[in-house]
Amino acid sequence: MNAPFHPETVTLDALKLGTKARVLSIDWQELEEAEACRLRHFGFDEGIAVEPLHSGPFGRDPIAIRVGRMTVAIRRKHAATIRVLPSAA
Amino acid sequence: MNPLPLIAVAGSPNAGKSALFNALTGARQKVGNYPGVTVERKSGRLVLSDGRPAELVDLPGAYSLEPASPDEAVTRDVLVGRQKGERQPDALLIVLDASNLDNHLRFALQLIELGLPTMVALNMVDLARRDGLELDPKALERELGVPVIETVAVRRRGVQELQAALDDMLSAPFCGVHEHVKSDLIHLQRRAREIATAAVLSETPVRRWTHRLDAVLLHPILGPIILAAIMFVMFQAVFAWSQVPVNWIADGVAWLSGAASNAIPAGIIRSMVVNGAIAGVGAVITFLPQILILFFFILLLEGTGYMVRAAFLMDKLMHGAGLSGRAFIPLLSSFACAVPGIMATRTIDNEKDRLATILVAPLMTCSARLPVYTLIIAAFIPNRTFAPGIGLQGMVMFGLYIVGIAGALLAAFAIRRGVLKGASGGFMMELPKYQLPSVKDIVIGLLTRTRIFLKRAGTIILGTTIILWALASIPQAAPGQKQSDVSIAGHIASGIETVVRPIGFNHDISLALLPAMAAREVAVSAIATVYSLDAGDDAASNKSLLKELRHGWPLPTALAFLAWFVFAPQCISTIAVTRRETNGWKWPLFMVGYLFLLAYIAAGLTYWTAVVLGL
Repeated sequence: MNAPFHPETVTLDALKLGTKARVLSIDWQELEEAEACRLRHFGFDEGIAVEPLHSGPFGRDPIAIRVGRMTVAIRRKHAATIRVLPSAA
Repeated sequence: MNPLPLIAVAGSPNAGKSALFNALTGARQKVGNYPGVTVERKSGRLVLSDGRPAELVDLPGAYSLEPASPDEAVTRDVLVGRQKGERQPDALLIVLDASNLDNHLRFALQLIELGLPTMVALNMVDLARRDGLELDPKALERELGVPVIETVAVRRRGVQELQAALDDMLSAPFCGVHEHVKSDLIHLQRRAREIATAAVLSETPVRRWTHRLDAVLLHPILGPIILAAIMFVMFQAVFAWSQVPVNWIADGVAWLSGAASNAIPAGIIRSMVVNGAIAGVGAVITFLPQILILFFFILLLEGTGYMVRAAFLMDKLMHGAGLSGRAFIPLLSSFACAVPGIMATRTIDNEKDRLATILVAPLMTCSARLPVYTLIIAAFIPNRTFAPGIGLQGMVMFGLYIVGIAGALLAAFAIRRGVLKGASGGFMMELPKYQLPSVKDIVIGLLTRTRIFLKRAGTIILGTTIILWALASIPQAAPGQKQSDVSIAGHIASGIETVVRPIGFNHDISLALLPAMAAREVAVSAIATVYSLDAGDDAASNKSLLKELRHGWPLPTALAFLAWFVFAPQCISTIAVTRRETNGWKWPLFMVGYLFLLAYIAAGLTYWTAVVLGL
């Protein structure tokens, strides 16, 4: 979206499990209103630290993500709307 | 007289709100629905320290006053005094998860802005400590400007202090709420993080328990294996452990019916009490032990935090059929009985996902079908074995289960593209921390559900069974006539017969279909009754019943009868609970309609295939 382009950014669904990252932008238009609302309630926002922890056994979907002090599960297609910058290891 | 002061309990999901509510009110809880929506209203009595009673209402868990689900809309409407069927609360108790303050405080800030007399229960401080987090409730109190009490609701800690603080709060004068103005979420979130940071005394990084457990329980290979093992134990329990109490209840019902037969002179009244009320309600409450064991497991899995993990593991598969991972447990429960299964769909927050789950739940082979399957299989399927332990009869039984599951998935698929078209609700859930639930919370949950179930059995089911009895007994047959021919039910059966004859059903089956509406297994006793009543002897033993069936029914008819019972919605309790859970007759009627249609088609296909194959 309008976030500055970083070559090393990925969408959250493509981030390796256990890799900490920072949210750069969220494509809110791609989400339904209730879904966008729920993501915000979970604390997803620009600048927030996230870390994918687990993924489902079938098709690695959904993904469990640590956001703040919570762990939340979302589907891959929703995670794909979230662009993150992985922290340098 | 002034109504009791009303205290609303609000908080985010997984803050331990219900445990705190249980700790404050005890087992005497009233559970109902808010008018017009399927959102549960749970309230209870609280005695303040000066002896005054107050009413406590447990609001649905919400993350914010900007609702993302019907539950959250109710929470907001109650708090601003706009919810039908609820008065404006006099005070507000906010429950916060101590280890998740930066998120939960955002909602708390919104709630405090409403201006109600408010206090905060800083809950689950033990779990926060387990995670190495030390909090300062005084700092929190300063920042929020309302009293803060530390609690561990599942262990009943801090409850007395909380009660005392509620006293003080209700004694203070209060002058009306502010209208909720749409808050600036970003600003609130930032403020919440500031306060959370200010309230943290120290944080020692520790390996979190929950994370370690999840590494195993959500493992891509181990996770599903453990889930399957848990489900296996659960089903063993539902079917094996329940045998003893089921026999007690069956004996009790038999004793009661004997006692009633002795106490009431022969005639229409005795027949109504014994053959109508006691037999009908007895048949349904025999399922109570199974339902209780099932609910025990559901409450345990919910209380520990595992339930959400099960949904997580199964989401992808359920998604393929247009359902959400959350539908997994309700559908699984429906193998024991669709009634608790449908009641368990409340955890599905997307309305369409939930409705679709309710509509297909009766397709899961419930335990009430087993007596019917067992009888027909024993009578018609040869007891041939292919390999040690693998017999034809068992294979047919297994096949019936598979047809039910496949039918449910296909029906869900069709329903989600037809009557309930629309994007599925997705799957966005918080994975709560694991914890040991308290015995008291589980007992309260069981009591509440038992009460709901027995109330059903006592009202709708009692009424229906008496009507069914009346249809079968009026008018009384003259000597030389068959009761099954002269009764109203007999005439209705003749009507049914013209409809079901094309799918191979005979008069006996038509007669059994009507009473089997009370509960499927009643079909067995109904068929037995038809043969024994007509033969004039009292107890047709199972053996002679098998003989009668083999003699009277051609094989295609028997197979069609099995196929019918895979689909037919022959269960008043299921229809009643669907009405309750969907708040109207539209969906139960739709369910009954589509299931009968499927049953008719399936039975017809089976019958004619069997006839063509010359079976």
